[in-house]
Amino acid sequence: MSAIQPNALQLATTGFLARFEGNSGLRTDPIRRRAAETLRHIGLPTQREEAWHFTSLRPLAGIAFQGVHTTHDHGHDLLARMSGISGPRLVFVNGRHDTAVSEMPDFTTVGEPTLNEPDDAVSMLNTMFADDGAHIEIPPGVDAESILLVSLGVADGEPVAFHPRHRIQLHPGARLTLIDVSLGRGTYLNNPVFDIEVAEGATLVHLRLQDDATDAFHLSSVRANIAARGTYDSFALTLGARLARMEVHANLAGEHGAAHLNAAQLLGGVQHADFTTVVAHDAPSCASRQTVKNVLTGKSRGVFQGRIEVARIAQKTDGYQMNQALLLSPDAEIDSKPQLQIYADDVKCSHGATVGELDLDQLFYLRSRGISEPDARAILVRAFLAEALDPITHDQTRALMENAIEAWWQGRHI
Amino acid sequence: MPAVAETLDVVQSATDAGYKWGFSTDIEMDLAPKGLNEDIIRLISERKEEPAWMLAWRLKAYAKWLQMEEPDWSSVKHPPIDYQALHYYAAPKKKAGPKSLDEVDPELLRMYEKLGIPLKERAILAGVEIPEGERPPVAIDAVFDSVSVATTFRDTLAKSGVIFCPISEAVREHPELVKQYLGSVIPAGDNYFAALNSAVFTDGSFVFIPKGVRCPMELSTYFRINAQNTGQFERTLIIAEAGAYVSYLEGCTAPQRDENQLHAAVVELVLMDDATIKYSTVQNWYPGDAEGRGGIYNFVTKRAACRGARSKVSWTQVETGSAITWKYPSCILLGDESVGEFNSVAVTTNYQQADTGTKMIHIGRNTRSTIVSKGISAGRSNNTYRGQVKVMPKAHGARNHTQCDSLLIGDQCGAHTVPYIESRNPTAKLEHEATTSKIADDQLFYCRQRGLSAEDAVGLIVNGFCKEVLKELPMEFAVEAQKLLAVSLEGSVG
Amino acid sequence: MLEIKGLCAGIEEKEILRGIDLVVPQGEVHAIMGPNGSGKSTLSYVLAGREGYEVTAGTATFEGHDLLDMEPEQRAAAGLFLAFQYPVELPGVGNANFLRTALNSIRRARGEPELDAVAFLKMARLEIKRLAMADDMLKRNVNVGFSGGEKKRNEVLQMAILRPKLAILDETDSGLDIDALKIVADGVNASRGPDFSALVITHYQRLLDYIVPDRVHVLSAGRIIRSGGPELAHELEAHGYAGVVNEAA
Repeated sequence: MSAIQPNALQLATTGFLARFEGNSGLRTDPIRRRAAETLRHIGLPTQREEAWHFTSLRPLAGIAFQGVHTTHDHGHDLLARMSGISGPRLVFVNGRHDTAVSEMPDFTTVGEPTLNEPDDAVSMLNTMFADDGAHIEIPPGVDAESILLVSLGVADGEPVAFHPRHRIQLHPGARLTLIDVSLGRGTYLNNPVFDIEVAEGATLVHLRLQDDATDAFHLSSVRANIAARGTYDSFALTLGARLARMEVHANLAGEHGAAHLNAAQLLGGVQHADFTTVVAHDAPSCASRQTVKNVLTGKSRGVFQGRIEVARIAQKTDGYQMNQALLLSPDAEIDSKPQLQIYADDVKCSHGATVGELDLDQLFYLRSRGISEPDARAILVRAFLAEALDPITHDQTRALMENAIEAWWQGRHI
Repeated sequence: MPAVAETLDVVQSATDAGYKWGFSTDIEMDLAPKGLNEDIIRLISERKEEPAWMLAWRLKAYAKWLQMEEPDWSSVKHPPIDYQALHYYAAPKKKAGPKSLDEVDPELLRMYEKLGIPLKERAILAGVEIPEGERPPVAIDAVFDSVSVATTFRDTLAKSGVIFCPISEAVREHPELVKQYLGSVIPAGDNYFAALNSAVFTDGSFVFIPKGVRCPMELSTYFRINAQNTGQFERTLIIAEAGAYVSYLEGCTAPQRDENQLHAAVVELVLMDDATIKYSTVQNWYPGDAEGRGGIYNFVTKRAACRGARSKVSWTQVETGSAITWKYPSCILLGDESVGEFNSVAVTTNYQQADTGTKMIHIGRNTRSTIVSKGISAGRSNNTYRGQVKVMPKAHGARNHTQCDSLLIGDQCGAHTVPYIESRNPTAKLEHEATTSKIADDQLFYCRQRGLSAEDAVGLIVNGFCKEVLKELPMEFAVEAQKLLAVSLEGSVG
Repeated sequence: MLEIKGLCAGIEEKEILRGIDLVVPQGEVHAIMGPNGSGKSTLSYVLAGREGYEVTAGTATFEGHDLLDMEPEQRAAAGLFLAFQYPVELPGVGNANFLRTALNSIRRARGEPELDAVAFLKMARLEIKRLAMADDMLKRNVNVGFSGGEKKRNEVLQMAILRPKLAILDETDSGLDIDALKIVADGVNASRGPDFSALVITHYQRLLDYIVPDRVHVLSAGRIIRSGGPELAHELEAHGYAGVVNEAA
């Protein structure tokens, strides 16, 4: 374990608390107040905490994040990448809804969120400051097709921090594909929280592309409650940010629910990205599937932590988790902690992990067939990622993801 | 009634009838006053007739321990341990100190007989083969509470240059070796329990296998906690010089008592070029009764330093006892092409808690490690595998394969898997697999249709589940371990 | 030997056996034939005591003892053997160890002396030779990595070693090629004698060319709708189940 400097983190915590106290609109709200008090007490997590063993928030310490202010740059040009995605869209610039470039979807309102009380520091930070977000509520039995939710971070001067809070509710039998994209430039902290309710028989497909600016910080949390026969089917592609942590908590609360938490992290330079999941099987006969891939170049560090929790009541649980990492440079690092925590006996749970470089025999085989080495590498990396990407059935998003991977591959610095 | 439920009923009713080693022995004891302070440490050192440097080493460790806090990162839960309520030294009273086995208190010899530990040396004649069915000779060091009471076959071993003696004796007789290696693998301040052990360790075994020597027989230490309210803090140090080989076995039992007893051991292994150590443990400390009363708190630090190229260490453990097991036999793979193995069976029943696993630290080139862990949870117990595989930047070509399987018997227990997989070298290949399952109803029915009772069927299936690990144990130990598994599950599961 | 009267049984409230009447006298081999879903496997599981099946009416006695009141291992000790349609895999459990444990459990239950490892192996090797099976059969783990044919042969080997009074063969012929079928049939025939009875459950008449039964019963929708001599099997082969079922209806 690396050395711990709680002082740096205390400094960062104090910075956020000072900004909070300076905002009379926020500090009087009792829920925000309680979140701030708790955060003051516990502080931002240190690596001493088991859940943050591999990820340090210390890089946040030196930066004086400002609250949202009007920037000259609205970053609208960044939306060009989204041209292939049709349908309604919600655009947030620095956490604020931007009506000029949004196309309001049905069943959606935007504005100050309803807050609930979180139990982890990163979500508490969001709770203290969250003043805007989307509330999407799909009525029973309705197939709402897709909604594009774009977060643009644009810091053209001082570093900014924004904390959108989105609430996605699917009533029984409803369906929605939520395409959730973060882009930006400059130094900023993107700290969104998604509160998700999937009612009986409903299906939410959550496709996420995190391509935040190279100097940005991305700390997101998803809390999904899944009722009987409901499905939360997510894929997250992480390409951006210098320090990123995506945390997903899926709670399977009714029988025959399903959660798929697939992800791919493609990192280079000195990037650090952490994908942390907790799947709580709290009802019988639910299934969870996770396929998580890391491709690491440069001095990057990829982290995967996945915990499957099976409660006593959750008999007939089917839990599966696979995480694999390709290390493409001598200085890259992968840290992986796939955990099983099981209290029911009639379950089928397994996990697997592999770490290694590209298979030299395969590489040679491709080259012996006349394929250049760079092309052969590209083919093998694509093949490695395929398993995680395959479940994406939304064609436009699939194309968006593949283009993003292609661009990453072309622009990577090994 | 469903077969499994019935099995569980049998379990519940059988309670702790299964622990056959629960008797206590009435021996006149020399007991230090309760509590821990510098004076007690001085007293231990004095009783052991230690040189001054050893006392200084202990006091330094004690000072470190005072600065430390009990670790809380594992999954085990227990009421706070009152370190001042324990005796740190308990030894059978002796007249002048036994010079040979004939002088050992006959009561003690009877106890070891009862435990199935032969402390008599059977004559081995050169060139005569051991008749079939008879056990090959094993040299035994018997540690009773705080002291070693007997070590067998020492003369035979000495002929090939092997030193096998109580560590307290090694401190006096081989100070240069002890000074060089003690604490070199596990420094006194490594962790809370290692620091405590360094301050107050009382006895344990010392093994030295000189260059190129293959130890002519298996070595074994048998640990027995007997006295009430006594902590046992043994210390084992094994040094295998270049090309040496030794197979070492460790067994442990304790009487059935209502209060918890503390056992905090430290085991250090040092391996030079091409050396091999096979270290096997059958841990059967008293696990507590069916209500979770009593039992040993077993906090153990075991680590091997593979300093030499191509050295190989193999940890095999069968853990059935203790109320709490907290141990992670580890391998520091420093030498190029060195090999670390960890094979573990951990069975928990009633209210037992086990948090056990290993650390494989790959530092040298082409180092290899394999981990096979089989956890069986029954009753209201919790069984955790916690393991780390870490590949450092220079460990080119490192390889690890990990297989962890958990078996749950009944729906009141827990099985947990917490692996840490960390790689900083792209040429390393690591694979990890874990599964959790229960004994399938059709397996149980198949066995019963063939005439096996539900209990026998469970025992058979569990033994099959553990086979990969059991086959790593030396023959006689494997048979013992198999029986032990069956008995543990009889007494508290099936 | 085996007497079944008005046996009704089912699984999860679904009635499958709807009043079976059947007597298998000592020393006889009876065949039960029937279409898929007629209740053949259910009958064998109910007789062997597999959990999950509920007997709602009727009786089954074995040498005069109430079979339905016994645990599976007590039935085995009494001399009932079920050759499984799908033999179960036991990873890590050696075949020899398994069989010796089984045999000694049964011997213990009967008050007979147990066999030590040496005596057991001697006996088991003899049986393997007699059945023309591969020597490594005993060394391998129970059914793990066995082909379909090997699993069935292993069932017959177990039967030969455990020497039951009544063997129920549940579709032992399914998935076997003709050579394997002969080996299995030879194994059963070798056991035939005044102290051995068998209930051969099969979908096809093919097996009955090799194990010629004393009686043939046709099971349909949970009832025995016809019984006859070995010629009934040929009639079924010629006209199919439909003909026989319609005739009975």
